[in-house]
Amino acid sequence: MTDQPRTLSDKVWDRHVVRTAPGEPDLLYVDLHLVHEVTSPQAFESLRLAGRALRRPDLTVATMDHNVPTTGLDRPVADPVSATQMATLARNCEEFGVRLHAMGQPGQGIVHIIGPEQGLTQPGMTIVCGDSHTSTHGALGALAFGIGTTEIEHVLATQTVPQSRPGTMAVSVEGELAAGVTAKDVILAVIGRIGTAGGVGSVVEYRGSAIRSLSVEGRMTVCNMSIEAGARAGMVAPDETTFDYLEGRLHAPKGAAWEAALEDWRTLVTDEGAVFDKEVVLDAAALRPHVSWGTNPGQVVPIDDVVPDPERLPDPGQRDAARRALAYMDLIAGTPMRDVAVDTVFVGSCTNSRIEDLRAAATVLEGRRVAPGMRALVVPGSFRVKAQAETEGLDRIFTEAGFEWRGAGCSMCLAMNPDKLSAGERCASTSNRNFEGRQGKGGRTHLVSPAVAAATAVAGHFATPADLEAVT
Amino acid sequence: MEPRRIVTGTALPLDRSDVDTDQIIPAVWLKRVERTGFGAGLFAAWRDDPGFVLNQPHHRGAKILVAGTNFGTGSSREHAVWALEDYGFEAVVSPRFADIFRSNCTKVGLVPVQVDDLTGATLLQAVAADPTLVVTVDVAARTLSAPAVGIDVGFPLDDFTRHRLLEGLDDIDLTLGHADAIDAYERRRPSWLPTTAPA
Ligand code: SF4
Repeated sequence: MTDQPRTLSDKVWDRHVVRTAPGEPDLLYVDLHLVHEVTSPQAFESLRLAGRALRRPDLTVATMDHNVPTTGLDRPVADPVSATQMATLARNCEEFGVRLHAMGQPGQGIVHIIGPEQGLTQPGMTIVCGDSHTSTHGALGALAFGIGTTEIEHVLATQTVPQSRPGTMAVSVEGELAAGVTAKDVILAVIGRIGTAGGVGSVVEYRGSAIRSLSVEGRMTVCNMSIEAGARAGMVAPDETTFDYLEGRLHAPKGAAWEAALEDWRTLVTDEGAVFDKEVVLDAAALRPHVSWGTNPGQVVPIDDVVPDPERLPDPGQRDAARRALAYMDLIAGTPMRDVAVDTVFVGSCTNSRIEDLRAAATVLEGRRVAPGMRALVVPGSFRVKAQAETEGLDRIFTEAGFEWRGAGCSMCLAMNPDKLSAGERCASTSNRNFEGRQGKGGRTHLVSPAVAAATAVAGHFATPADLEAVT
Repeated sequence: MEPRRIVTGTALPLDRSDVDTDQIIPAVWLKRVERTGFGAGLFAAWRDDPGFVLNQPHHRGAKILVAGTNFGTGSSREHAVWALEDYGFEAVVSPRFADIFRSNCTKVGLVPVQVDDLTGATLLQAVAADPTLVVTVDVAARTLSAPAVGIDVGFPLDDFTRHRLLEGLDDIDLTLGHADAIDAYERRRPSWLPTTAPA
């Protein structure tokens, strides 16, 4: 190992290299492999056909999330294809000895919610999953990235994955966030600034006082959407906030092991003098709540702004994409975002369905009602989040405001289960992707924070909590 | 994986940037537990439009997809690559690929051909103007050529990936050859790292 100053991501990379050879990708050891029902069946099948064993079932954990219904959990799954996919996962886990949090079990939830929640996600680890939002786990200082199904099979068989070393990128958010500006707004603003390809080939380290001030859950929201900026992964250096979050969690080290781990984790920072390949700085104080207007996550504006005019974009490709996006979204350039009426509000997804997200939305909804005709649903990220929220009475606040209180899963983030938008329906969503048809064929998605989602549900059009009349 | 050495044939112009994996293969298609049959879902939503380029009879049988920049953004679903392959594509040309999509391509044997913006735009125009234009991707030489319009450029492909594509090699076999190194690594891992066994 070298004495040169190194970045956080390089440090974590270096300690996981099993084998390195000139002209070849490094062979990286995988500390934790997360599995869900959608991207794994073909990997298990190939493993079986090749007669290979699963090398480390004890470093592998599975959950059902993408397909699970969020209502009627006591009944059989209505969609036979979804049911088959979940049954296949159950069978594979049984055969290969993988721990599974099946539908209806207390540990079940979205794969990126349950890892940190159970303390399986720890600083300095390498974590992979057949899911691009694996970047979420970087919030605790892990190097975590999404892989494809062929790579899943590779990890199952060898507990390693061949990878070329990514570039390094620093996104520094310095200063203090204004009241009402959340982690979601930070990451939407970052993507708006660097674009959907801004992070291609890189691991982004989020730095600066505004990032430090975020809770671990807020950092997860930020790291989660690194992939929307094209990045391979996102990371935040672990600090006291991280250690406090982890201490006492189910799989966190205990006693002497905790002390040993802490000593190690404290070394996981970018060294003074380390140089990033790319660097971007944002002024936290200038950030406002953000809303997306288009069909890719780089097409965002502050909520105080108007729908942008494609003709004023400098790049012909961008102009074309913006024209197409406005047509799909049925928006007219120059319309104030606050004037855009919304049909559905979705609070959920691995970006924003943790307890703090639900608290943020509930705070806005307390004593208020959703606008007439508004469909509004809350889908907690996991059954543990759901139980916690119910202990705090948040479920009552949501239901009294007119929200549906659901079971845990991905739900309307990608509409693989029955929760879908219909064609033309407009949704304010706390999820991460506003692609065409993402939440249902022909559906129109606007990405927002939980606080803006809740205020929008009440107002009937895009709004911040500050826009709402005071509750009397 | 089957070896992939030379792809030569006609091309299909998809003049859009930021084509995300939800467009390449929508989520409803991801419920299948097999690896095959995804071609029918390729660009499913866009194919509802009779004017969409995939529905144009004169582009039928194209082996190379030529797209705008930033192709394959979004999810890690390898299903996107399976859909392109199953439909009949053997190479995709774009000025920029999303990282995971690109890596998935090379695992399956779909050649990701990254070109500069100008070459990308020129090729898009040329194949739109002449659907019979013959385009060739040579993996060994790492070149893309369409002699009729004067295109002959190199594209980036690291030696290892090139070798794997040419020989149709399976990564797992290669890695299992280094089992000793993995064993040795496991002996060095700190004991406090978590396992997923019930706590
Ligand atoms: S919540 Fe959405 S983005 Fe997250 S894992 Fe599920 S489908 Fe993917």
